[in-house]
Amino acid sequence: MAGVDEFARALEDTPGGGVVLTSIDAISNWARGHSLWIMPMGTACCAMELIAASFSRFDFDRHGSIPRPDPRHTDVMVVAGTITKKMAPSVKLLWEQMPEPKWCVAMGNCAVSGGIFHHDTYSVIRGVDEFLPVDVYIAGCPPRPESLQDGLLRLREKVRSESISPSRRRTVEGLLPLPGGEKR
Amino acid sequence: MSAECRTVVNVGPSHPSTHGVCRVLVELDGEIVRRAEPIIGYLHRGIEKMAENRSYLQVVPLTDRLDYVGSMYANWAYCRAVERLAGIRVPERAEYIRVIVCELQRIASHMMSIGSTGADTGAFTAFMYAFNQREQVVDLFEALSGSRLTYNYVRPGGVGADLPEGWVERCREFVAQHPAAMMEIDDLLFGNVICRARTKGIGVLTPHDAIGWGASGPVARGSGVDWDLRRDDPYSVYPRLDFTVPLGERGDCYDRGRVRLWECVESCRIVTQALDQLEPGPVQAEGLPRLLAPRPGDAYDHIESARGSLGVYLVSDGSVRPYRMHVRSPAFANLALLPMLAEGHTLSDLVVVLGSLDPVFGEVDR
Repeated sequence: MAGVDEFARALEDTPGGGVVLTSIDAISNWARGHSLWIMPMGTACCAMELIAASFSRFDFDRHGSIPRPDPRHTDVMVVAGTITKKMAPSVKLLWEQMPEPKWCVAMGNCAVSGGIFHHDTYSVIRGVDEFLPVDVYIAGCPPRPESLQDGLLRLREKVRSESISPSRRRTVEGLLPLPGGEKR
Repeated sequence: MSAECRTVVNVGPSHPSTHGVCRVLVELDGEIVRRAEPIIGYLHRGIEKMAENRSYLQVVPLTDRLDYVGSMYANWAYCRAVERLAGIRVPERAEYIRVIVCELQRIASHMMSIGSTGADTGAFTAFMYAFNQREQVVDLFEALSGSRLTYNYVRPGGVGADLPEGWVERCREFVAQHPAAMMEIDDLLFGNVICRARTKGIGVLTPHDAIGWGASGPVARGSGVDWDLRRDDPYSVYPRLDFTVPLGERGDCYDRGRVRLWECVESCRIVTQALDQLEPGPVQAEGLPRLLAPRPGDAYDHIESARGSLGVYLVSDGSVRPYRMHVRSPAFANLALLPMLAEGHTLSDLVVVLGSLDPVFGEVDR
């Protein structure tokens, strides 16, 4: 709400009122940063904390982060949980279905690096950044909802530093091949 | 496939109502499900194989990640198998603490299941109410173990640490208010006309099939199969506690949900009695080496988890690591019922049936 209040106060202070001069980047980043809708890619334990985060106690709706199961509605994919070799193509497909601009948060040690499943196992991908461009890493097994909150607020800072101008736009240069794929 | 026109639809592996990463291949005739085939393995992390490269104590954190909605159960089932294998006697206070935390865990786990039944049938408010109760249990566990989900609390020979100061009072406070909260959720969810219409008569499981397919826990008890390991194969200090086993009659989704609801109320009774009988003493067996090396042999032990009878089979070759660990997962056995229960119902009922089986895919895929 703070942003809305600031906006209203700025309007009131303006002589004549109703006219605000700002850059397009500032207004679009303000809008984008405060409505980061989440694609909950919850696969394992972290998904429970992701659910807890969106419920009444932690209430992520107040940050404008609403979980939407449809990738086409969402801005940020929160990969919460272990990604196995069998699951990875589905995650990649869902990521490709999300419209630009989009961001990716790796929540929990499994998504960051494989975590407890980094060693001695044959079926786990060691970190979702092997095939997705990750913006924010959140450590923890699983991270507390407060950590997720911190991660999303940091992502908001990152979103605010970007631009809608094509010359300054961040580009996602293709997806990395899947681990173990032919291109590797 | 027969001559009639059938549509094949993929539900999952990323779907808000599959309760994890289950993919169901559904053959539809209009909106009616003719065949539903669960495809599992999307969360196969090789925990059983990893256990072969860990010492006995190091396996406990891995068991946390099996059934992540009810971590205490897998901890306990594994520790019981280790204790049987190595012949460890657990102090009485530790047994009582284990019973208390596992009954609280049952409440936390059932809150998730009952709540998601609400979400599946369009009564999302009940989910919020249920989650409030779950959060309180999670707070209690956090005070015990420092973690909200993966507790690593039940250890071979006892529990990780004694109850912190003031915990018993907080626990009593929680179980005192919980039955009333359950009645409220009962009104909100199972008193809701839409929810009743969506769950009554859907996914009927006969007692004969429940036994034949190896179903256990609330899924079997919802069909009227009177089988509860806490009472029928008593372990720990359950023989000293007085509780009843709620049973369903018709075996539909409604009965399975109601059985879970009443189990929560019974769990409150058990926790209250266990807190009354709790006496000071050690919480960890004495003289236990850091590296357990049981004599060659094997051991199996099972407990009643929130999903059914959860068993762990361990083989020792005399070294400090298990030679083989196998988990008998109730969620896996219960999930096998899905094709039979969903057949003939609509696609929207499929998610209700799946939710009523309450699978956790960490445990199904292991």
